Amino acid sequence: MTVIQVFHYEQRMSVTLQCPGYPEDTLRSLADRLPCRETQLKSLLSLMGQPDQYSYPSFFIYGHRATGKSHVVLSVMKDLELPHASVDCVECVSSGLLFHQVLSAFFGPDAAALLPRCPSLSDFVRLYKQMSSNSPATQTRYIILDRAERMRDMDFSLLPALLRLQELVNDNVTVILLSEIVWEKFRPNTGCFEPLLFHFPDYSKVELVQILSWDHHPSYTPELYASYINILLGVFFSVCRDLRELRHLAALNFSKFCEPLEKGEAKESDIHKLWKNIEPHLQRAMQTVYLREVSSVQWEQQQMDEKEATTLRVLSAHAHIELPYYSKFLLIAAYLASFNPARTDRRFFLKSHGKIRKTNFLKKHEKTSNHLLGPKPFPLDRLMAIFYSVVDSRVAPTASIFSQISSLVTLQLLSQVGHDDQLDSPKYKCSVSLDFILAISRTVGFDVVKYLYDFL
Amino acid sequence: YNEALTAAQLNKNGCFVFKSASKKRKRQLGVGDDDNGSDRFRIGQKLWETVQMNTEVIQDQLNKKVLDSLAEFIKKHGLGCSSDVWRQRASEIPTAALMLGVNVPDHAMTFRSLCNLLQDSVTPFVVSVHAKECAVIPVKLLIQKVLEQLMGSGVSVDEEKEDDTALLQRTPCTISALCQWYKTVTKKCIQVSPERKENLTNNDLPQSLPVVVIFKDFEAFNSQVLQDFILICSRYTQELPFVFIFGIATSPSAIQHRLPHSVSSLLCIEVFHSLSCTQHLASVFDKLILNAQFPFKLSSRVIQVLVGVFLYHDFNVQNFVKGLQFSMLEHFNSQPLSLLCCQKQEALLSAKTLSKQNVEQIRHLPSFMRYVETQEPQEQVRLLTNDEHVKEVCQTLLKNLHKYHKNYYPILQCLHSLTSSLPKFPLGKHIRELHVSCIEKNLWETEEYDSALQLLRILAKDELVAALRKCAETLKSANTKRMQNALQQLEDFIGRLETLEEDSSGNGVISAKMEYQKTDLFQLQKTLLEKESRRTKRMNSFEVLRSQVMDFIDSLVREYLTPAEFQPLNEVCYYSSSGVLRHHPFYYLKVTDHSFRLTRFYDECS
Repeated sequence: MTVIQVFHYEQRMSVTLQCPGYPEDTLRSLADRLPCRETQLKSLLSLMGQPDQYSYPSFFIYGHRATGKSHVVLSVMKDLELPHASVDCVECVSSGLLFHQVLSAFFGPDAAALLPRCPSLSDFVRLYKQMSSNSPATQTRYIILDRAERMRDMDFSLLPALLRLQELVNDNVTVILLSEIVWEKFRPNTGCFEPLLFHFPDYSKVELVQILSWDHHPSYTPELYASYINILLGVFFSVCRDLRELRHLAALNFSKFCEPLEKGEAKESDIHKLWKNIEPHLQRAMQTVYLREVSSVQWEQQQMDEKEATTLRVLSAHAHIELPYYSKFLLIAAYLASFNPARTDRRFFLKSHGKIRKTNFLKKHEKTSNHLLGPKPFPLDRLMAIFYSVVDSRVAPTASIFSQISSLVTLQLLSQVGHDDQLDSPKYKCSVSLDFILAISRTVGFDVVKYLYDFL
Repeated sequence: YNEALTAAQLNKNGCFVFKSASKKRKRQLGVGDDDNGSDRFRIGQKLWETVQMNTEVIQDQLNKKVLDSLAEFIKKHGLGCSSDVWRQRASEIPTAALMLGVNVPDHAMTFRSLCNLLQDSVTPFVVSVHAKECAVIPVKLLIQKVLEQLMGSGVSVDEEKEDDTALLQRTPCTISALCQWYKTVTKKCIQVSPERKENLTNNDLPQSLPVVVIFKDFEAFNSQVLQDFILICSRYTQELPFVFIFGIATSPSAIQHRLPHSVSSLLCIEVFHSLSCTQHLASVFDKLILNAQFPFKLSSRVIQVLVGVFLYHDFNVQNFVKGLQFSMLEHFNSQPLSLLCCQKQEALLSAKTLSKQNVEQIRHLPSFMRYVETQEPQEQVRLLTNDEHVKEVCQTLLKNLHKYHKNYYPILQCLHSLTSSLPKFPLGKHIRELHVSCIEKNLWETEEYDSALQLLRILAKDELVAALRKCAETLKSANTKRMQNALQQLEDFIGRLETLEEDSSGNGVISAKMEYQKTDLFQLQKTLLEKESRRTKRMNSFEVLRSQVMDFIDSLVREYLTPAEFQPLNEVCYYSSSGVLRHHPFYYLKVTDHSFRLTRFYDECS
């Protein structure tokens, strides 16, 4: 019940949201549609000022995933019918695409078509000026750049230029950058115009309950759904605060929650009974469907034919890889080369290494385990030398052995270190885990632990 | 030599290699002026085509199941299932992870047939991308590839080439452009050709044709490119119904290794398993090598080389088939008597019309020489002097050879089905191992055979009956007289074993009571041994029958599973120069320069 009270309280608060220059009823509906983001909405609106006033040249809005950054900004733009161009920076593989999208949003596709083939920033500014002189802004124009962290990989001059675009084009335009990371990671070496920073904090548990309770099922009471959400958050809140993910999980598991109700085994008031029914199910969901070990469709199917109680094969259960015989040994050799210091090769792979040296070797010079340090690169020659002493039969060093190395690289079981053009002695790293190599060596009857320096 | 050239042209892969090889052969055998070259070429070509056809048929059969389930998966998502609303809210893209195994070159064929199947039965919008083409970091190249293929395919559907290609040059390379294009095309599709629509999906209202993107080699893709592409696509799932297919060579967990949770949570992954390559090899082996209908045969050494390359090096069935085809080429090129390597009737016909030179070559065959030695002196003289007589003998020998094959394979399968379930597989797990040891030497002289028979002699009754039933099944398909005879005997045995039921239970038990007296160890041992010998003497009727069955099986093996080398004229059909194959550059087993250096390095080390 507390949830509902909070909900009403928030609603009452939203009525007070007022901003000159914008229609009041739209603002109210906007505030209703954006629960738990009233403060952000308010400050955003006050920053934006009245539509015909010049706004601050650039905002920088940051916050974690699914904290409603783009949702709030885009809802404001759409509901208040402000001229805006929304661009996802992931899509902009070149700055030209960004210019294209902005121009076509403001001045129509014809204007965008005037851009030259590989437009530079000055082309964009020139064209923008030209267009805006024909149709000057009556309201502030907004350019919204989602996932702005991608901008850092683009042309280095692009971000500073966009931050003071207002000055450059001499038009009432504001750039809003949305990002998951903080501004400090953006600031270029050369310095730039500082945007207004604006943080969207994470939702608290109460807020999450409130938001999730919004999409309650029409055939059940909101109270029931709210209690369902409470149970769900009780399980998942410790591992996941991503609203989108939680919403997805809530939708997936609700039918299971309602099962006793449908069957008539429980009433809506029997929260405890319902909880007992759903809790283990949600625990299982956390281990499988949340990690995407099991796809959501499979999960739903499993819910439907629950009686069969088939245990779904999760993705990571198929870790087994079939490899040709020599590939297995190549991989083992690569693993040994990656995790053993090169100087220990004499001790492991030489028949007459002598006893005295052995005791010397057992003195561990390095305290840290090589497995903690990760794989080290090794040259091809060393790999082959280990390979020939590891493999039990006499193998002719043929081209097909070498092609297996490169196919292991494409399978990403090995990774090539350094430049691609090293023909003479390429270096590799082994990128498989100890468990994997143990499984592989078991299939060929090779005791890999005996050859590992760390386990000596 | 002319023939060799044309044959070499036939084999596009081994062209240069083959020419040089044929020159070498020619010098050795001196077959420069043989006149049956064109015939051999014809026979070889025919066999080549059979091999090609059969492998394709096998591949299709093997892939049928997994491809059909994939098509079903895509159809299901295209039509929209019950939970679509939710999935779209989370913008999950349905994704099929197709597990293919590491034999990458075999995948090309699978993907080709997958593309064809999808285009025929599900959706015209199928794109397949290869990591090599779009491995560069910005995702642009990948999008461009997808756009090119899709819009290209749309063009051919709508017969408006000029407009659309012009459009493509001007449209920016983005998914939103694709979105626009998709809308117009699907609208056109519905308006222009409703009957075509019905063909595609005979449901009442297919709301959307999915856009299938096939990533042929998932592991090789740059993970950054993939992430970007998935992120972009997930923004458009409402408008563009994407379906991804990942061709994965290692294991499904590769997806999780390659993609972070924020991206993999956008996918709705289902795993599909294709057949493992060893099963694939087994069916190719059954069809092409363990088949009496296929006249060309490989000797044990050659099989060992080919299978060794497969198991130890590449897991590549295509390569195996290529090796088979290559040895076929070699055989028809180097062996003039391969003229007789064809179906029985044809072979008999050409045996009648052998040239003088061919007859001389027959006389020089080691197996024929051995045959001559076993004959009466008078007959020997005739065989060495009278050409006509040789031709006649040759015909009967060929008949015998065909008969031998017809009986060999059913018995081989019988023996395999009997021994394949034994503990530790004394005669090998796969039929190919059994086959190799059979054609190599007298199987019954080997230790493995003895131990296998010993294990068979202690089989329980129900196991024995089941195994014999399997044998009877395989023998039924063989249609020679002798095999029918054997089948009858076998069925007789089965019947007797089954009727044994009642009386076997009673007298089998030996009263195991022992009078325990105070004796020394020696005495005890003696009494135990005596007891043991008494027990073996007093076999029950089941045991008697079982040993009879085993004797029968043994006699079958000794009669039919003789090594091919002992058959006169076996050189006609059997290709045995494994050395040529092994050192052939076509087969990549050449020792490389670099590895010479390496072996030196290695030798210095040890």
